[in-house]
Amino acid sequence: MGFEHICEKCEEMLQPFLDRELDESERREAQAHLDACHYCAKRYRFEEDLRTIVRHACDEPMPAELKAKLASLRTPLL
Amino acid sequence: MAEPETNARRIAEEARDRARFEEEVLELSDQVYRVARRLVPTREEAEDLVQDTYARAFRSWRSYTPGTNLRAWLMRILTNLNIDRGRRDQRTPDIRPMEEGDYFLYNRLEETAGAEDEERIVERLSQDSIVRALSQVPHDFRDVIVLVDIGDFSYQEAAQILDIPIGTVMSRLHRGRRILKSGLAEVAVGEEG
Repeated sequence: MGFEHICEKCEEMLQPFLDRELDESERREAQAHLDACHYCAKRYRFEEDLRTIVRHACDEPMPAELKAKLASLRTPLL
Repeated sequence: MAEPETNARRIAEEARDRARFEEEVLELSDQVYRVARRLVPTREEAEDLVQDTYARAFRSWRSYTPGTNLRAWLMRILTNLNIDRGRRDQRTPDIRPMEEGDYFLYNRLEETAGAEDEERIVERLSQDSIVRALSQVPHDFRDVIVLVDIGDFSYQEAAQILDIPIGTVMSRLHRGRRILKSGLAEVAVGEEG
């Protein structure tokens, strides 16, 4: 019985765990479950990879012309 | 005749402080652009928004308190300008309740792919599909995701930038990520969000 219940709780802890928002005892509890549960561990790793992939997908370099335009907005030196 | 000299010194000091401030603000431009690019739909709008942000930041440099969080100060100008640009008119569409938990996307991808390791599952998401799915997250939720996940701001900083309570940052982030994953499921496995 207990197993599915623990996985459900672990799922709820996924976001705050990855955001480092759990307190120490919650974090330890989640980590202990993750060490023992392949099902949850896989899903945590996926979520972590997903965040990295989203960040990379959104990484569009700033156009050089824009950089030059911004510099031209500076106050002229006296 | 000490007065004109004192004045001249003060003016010179101020010019130096201002130049240093502008230098520091310009060093942040890549980060500012990265966030701006995901807050608005097109590259042109992002460029305009960043230019307007810098013009205003340079103009109102005196309102920045040295030693405080310059990145957050700048981003606050940017998000306010973005709202001024008419975004306030857009209403957040009603989001239907989402019963799925956080394992939802992984489970859907695994179901359609059979047993696969998670790296290969993630690889099925193309850059275009991610960018598109993020752009379709309603802006209240997207703003928080962009600030935290792309801009690297803490919950506290995001709350300060958007002028909302930290609890709202957390709930929007949580909800927004679920909406994003639901959008990704749609493109990855052709499923209705």
